[in-house]
Amino acid sequence: MDIFLQTTINGLMIGGVYALVAVGLTLIFGVMGIVNFAQGEFVMLGMYASWMLATYLKVGPYPGLLPVGLIMLAVGYIVFRTLIARVVGKPDEVAILLTLGLSIFLQNVILVIYGADYLTVQTTIKDAALNFAGLSLPLARVVAFVVALIFVGLLSYMLAKTDLGRAMRACAENRNIATLLGINPKFIFTLAFAIGIVMAGLAGVLLTPMFYVYPGIGTLFNLTAFVVVVLGGMGSVPGALLGGLIIGILESLTGTYVALDLAPIGTWLVFLLVLFLRPSGLFGRRVN
Amino acid sequence: MLEIKDLVTGYGDLKVLDGVSLTVEEGETVALVGSNGAGKTTLLQAISGLLPVWSGDITFRGQSLPKLQPHQLPALGIAHIPQGRGILARLSVYDNLMLGGYIAAAKAKRSARMEEMFALFPRLKERREQLAGTLSGGEQQMLAIARALMMYPSFMILDEPSLGLSPLMVETVFKIIADVSQMGVSILIIEQNLVEALHVADRGYVLETGRVVLSGTSAELMGNDKVREAYLGI
Repeated sequence: MDIFLQTTINGLMIGGVYALVAVGLTLIFGVMGIVNFAQGEFVMLGMYASWMLATYLKVGPYPGLLPVGLIMLAVGYIVFRTLIARVVGKPDEVAILLTLGLSIFLQNVILVIYGADYLTVQTTIKDAALNFAGLSLPLARVVAFVVALIFVGLLSYMLAKTDLGRAMRACAENRNIATLLGINPKFIFTLAFAIGIVMAGLAGVLLTPMFYVYPGIGTLFNLTAFVVVVLGGMGSVPGALLGGLIIGILESLTGTYVALDLAPIGTWLVFLLVLFLRPSGLFGRRVN
Repeated sequence: MLEIKDLVTGYGDLKVLDGVSLTVEEGETVALVGSNGAGKTTLLQAISGLLPVWSGDITFRGQSLPKLQPHQLPALGIAHIPQGRGILARLSVYDNLMLGGYIAAAKAKRSARMEEMFALFPRLKERREQLAGTLSGGEQQMLAIARALMMYPSFMILDEPSLGLSPLMVETVFKIIADVSQMGVSILIIEQNLVEALHVADRGYVLETGRVVLSGTSAELMGNDKVREAYLGI
């Protein structure tokens, strides 16, 4: 029982970070209909940014959230204006090719600059753990979970209660109508994309104390984020949150009870099951 | 207030409007009538910048609209209610109204304005938290007009406001349009429902295959034999 509880909680913690990556992906998809196949690579960039801050400037992982967030905002802005803006409203395959290409490009740029070595950030938080009731909660995971949920919460609040969020939802539904209300869709798309990228980058920061940093790590989060988004319903923020937590727990349980190497199998099985039983996802809108 | 001069535009290679000129003066309500395919909606899209102008010009209070970005028009005081009402179905009534007051000039007075709208349209207040897509056709038209009024417009464009509404609701909507006109808002209204349109309008233009074939005061148009024959069947 203790092992079960421990495994579930471990999975839940990491699931919070999956949710953060997925929320960025679902925001971008929801607002401009683009599936960003490079989302995982922006997690990777966030991890490298965090590693550089820690290594060269001795900035701890968590104080690094603000500078990395700002860097990712700029990266998201530039990527949108130079690349993504050209494919908004174009057929799906155009955007898929572009973001897939971007993903390969980013991996290889990092490979050229940093090499293929596995890097780690040395922090004291790595070995710290909260112990109670026979459970051991690694502090890095607890912080990652809490911070990730805070950002997901902030994003939900922004979407639901602010003018920016309303404008994003308006552009998502019909950009011509949004224009007639004085909303500049290009501005809103830029911001939505950049915020989606910031979410990925921040997830990267939170993951750095737990994961090795290497050029190909984004692929891992790409796949997970897609499963989470499809599971929760494309474009749904609550869906991405719930999906992230479910996938985190599933992965953790399969890893413990079946085999560590097979951890993703549980995820994919449930994913297939959801597609079979509820193709629009847990919170998805039904499409005719 | 609004002046359109020799406007030529269309979709792709297809020319839809072939030199249309019309004016709307301050405080005036002008009806644009014509059968399907005459180019009425095309004209409105050109005004709102959703369609590029091939030649000619559209000026609003002396400012050339084709030179502006489409999203800059509301700040000039232009509210455009597109065909099919243009409400955001997946947003609540409240959020739709809030976005009506999105532009900077309207934002400051937004909550007071919303109370005015709720007083004017009590049905919207009852359905404040409902998704706009769940409203009836008539309620959606009220929401579209209320949302447009949220931006304190000086000029309102209405594209077929009676489309798909019951006769009773059509009457209500036209009464609302008359009220909006009373508030001092200039109106350009596009309608197939000629009688209702000319009833609220001061003047009218008849558009046929991309050209203005007839114009005059509402009374003149109503008395015109060609109009009576073509649109009223009498």
